[in-house]
Amino acid sequence: MSSEDDFMSGMSSDEDDVLQESENEEGSADDFGFDEPEPDLGFSQKEDVQKKKKIFDVNFKVYQPKDIQAQQDDLIDEVNMILDIRKEDAAILLRHFRWNKERLIEDYMDRPKRVLEAAGLGTNVAGPPKLEVIPGFCCDICCEDEPGLKSFAMKCGHRFCVTCYNQYLAQKIKEEGEAARIQCPAEGCKRIIDAKSLDLLVTADLQQRYHELLTRTYVEDKEHLKWCPAPDCQNAIECGIKKKDLDRVVPTVVCDCKHRFCFGCILSDHQPAPCELVKRWLKKCADDSETANWISANTKECPKCNSTIEKNGGCNHMTCRKCKHEFCWMCMGLWSEHGTSWYNCNRFEEKSGSEARDAQAKSRVSLERYLHYYNRYANHEQSAKLDKDIYNKTERKMTQLQSASGMSWIEVQYLNSASQALQTCRQTLKWTYAFAFYLARNNLTEMFEDNQKDLEMAVEALSEMFEKNVQELAEPKLKVEIMDKTSYCNKRRVILLADTADNLANGVWSWGIDF
Amino acid sequence: MAFASKRLGKELAKIHGSLPPGITLVTAEGFQEWLLDIQVLDANPIYMNKTFRLKFKFSPSYPIEPPEVTFLNTADRPVPMHPHIYSNGIICLDLLGQQGWSPVQNVESICMSLQSMLTGNTKNERPEGDEQFVASNRRRPRDIDFYYHDNTV
Ligand SMILES: [Zn+2]
Ligand SMILES: [Zn+2]
Ligand SMILES: [Zn+2]
Ligand SMILES: [Zn+2]
Ligand SMILES: [Zn+2]
Ligand SMILES: [Zn+2]
Repeated sequence: MSSEDDFMSGMSSDEDDVLQESENEEGSADDFGFDEPEPDLGFSQKEDVQKKKKIFDVNFKVYQPKDIQAQQDDLIDEVNMILDIRKEDAAILLRHFRWNKERLIEDYMDRPKRVLEAAGLGTNVAGPPKLEVIPGFCCDICCEDEPGLKSFAMKCGHRFCVTCYNQYLAQKIKEEGEAARIQCPAEGCKRIIDAKSLDLLVTADLQQRYHELLTRTYVEDKEHLKWCPAPDCQNAIECGIKKKDLDRVVPTVVCDCKHRFCFGCILSDHQPAPCELVKRWLKKCADDSETANWISANTKECPKCNSTIEKNGGCNHMTCRKCKHEFCWMCMGLWSEHGTSWYNCNRFEEKSGSEARDAQAKSRVSLERYLHYYNRYANHEQSAKLDKDIYNKTERKMTQLQSASGMSWIEVQYLNSASQALQTCRQTLKWTYAFAFYLARNNLTEMFEDNQKDLEMAVEALSEMFEKNVQELAEPKLKVEIMDKTSYCNKRRVILLADTADNLANGVWSWGIDF
Repeated sequence: MAFASKRLGKELAKIHGSLPPGITLVTAEGFQEWLLDIQVLDANPIYMNKTFRLKFKFSPSYPIEPPEVTFLNTADRPVPMHPHIYSNGIICLDLLGQQGWSPVQNVESICMSLQSMLTGNTKNERPEGDEQFVASNRRRPRDIDFYYHDNTV
């Protein structure tokens, strides 16, 4: 391990394998270089592609709940020592200052009284919080005054019975989801309840919920921290990309739970398209969904015999069951012509100027143009789903394959790599079509479309191999082919993303439609 | 209901004993809904010689949760004109919302707050967008996020 990694090793388990080692390296904030492991490479190329820094990847770190707790505890300890105040108070002050330790210390040194007042701590007297029985006490909430009634008051002196405090806190925590800023129940009192007092007053399950909510505010208050949006995932991601950077970089991050998402907008990975473009595109698709719906339908008619064909795999190469006609699902053209002229399938040929002069034709052209890109976008989305279905079936095939061919579990993992490559590449391809929709036509665009075409061809070729049955998959020759295609797909994806990100970072893309 | 009814029982006992001038209990049957009348005591021309009827609705977790308080509109009990009171009787007052509410408050203190809110008012008008709000609102008062931008009125 390098010295840098040693420094960070407290944040990650040392059991991480060698491939993951570089993941925890931190770079400067303006460096978009990366060290994230590519999740989906064929075995053959894994090593060398992995080590290279890529312009389209950002530095980030994954934190588990215990890491987030530890970070907060460290800050609290620091403030507790520097300012010589109770840990509970340090925690309240830090939350009040949205975890900006430097500002807190500076302000506190300047005028401690005002800071304490503003944070709801008022004048402070030392001593741990405790429940008391005060003779003659009457609770202002329930109006109970029976002797022996246990009550509690914070430093502000507003005293209420334990039952009322418990009910009040339960309402705040469970119903209103509050934690960091729960005030004293007394009217107009700004005193904020601290964790130690709270633990004294509520049941264990509420304590747990309260601390969960407190932890959430830590992440929500920090610009460089975000929760992983995957359901049931409790991890947070740290990334230095700021809002103002989002027109120059697409910050895709990968959680330990494998979820790939954009740190900028929390949506699923949408490289190479920048967040704002994605937002506009999704809105457009939602607005135009009625027009576009018919296109994304899952059935089409064979161009030769008109029998209905249902797309059942991710591949665009369709063979009509009835007449054996082979055609392209995307453009409905002859498949035999696609080996070399796939080009016609990814680029929308702009209509001639004479046609565009007519206003009606113009609006038709713009609709057709949109549908061209939408069709391809939706197709990859759909195909990715179908590829996944096929993979789920393939998992069963992998088991059969092991017994049929004598291959070990490790030896059939190439199918897993191929499936992951298909998913990731289709996700990228999908967004290249949204991206292209907004692009103005120039020679940069041509390069982009060439890259897009290369990736598309690689993906379709792999997708087709992937649909083979167990007998065919058992052939050693096909295994080698699939592994080669897998690494080729990943390579094409890297090239496309690197080129696009480079131009985005340099601000040289020109847009035909503003987003 | 045990929590709310215990407290409301005690409030009721106190109310039967005495209430501040201008506040009278109409009905308090059970611990779910009470009606009270209020009057503005000084010579504010907007509210002179008028009586207004308040409806209180309590949830089982009262007074931890605020009660739902609205003005009723009947033949002899109009909804008072005020820039924070909509013509359907819904009141925009921070102490009745989750943020401004304190469980130390009670029926009597709410009546007094509303009384003084009317006493100090000089504007014979409804809140902005009253018509639209009244026409479109289907939510209960407690679920509305009022923006308490002006507590001086
Ligand atoms: Zn009590
Ligand atoms: Zn207090
Ligand atoms: Zn996750
Ligand atoms: Zn984004
Ligand atoms: Zn056919
Ligand atoms: Zn085609």
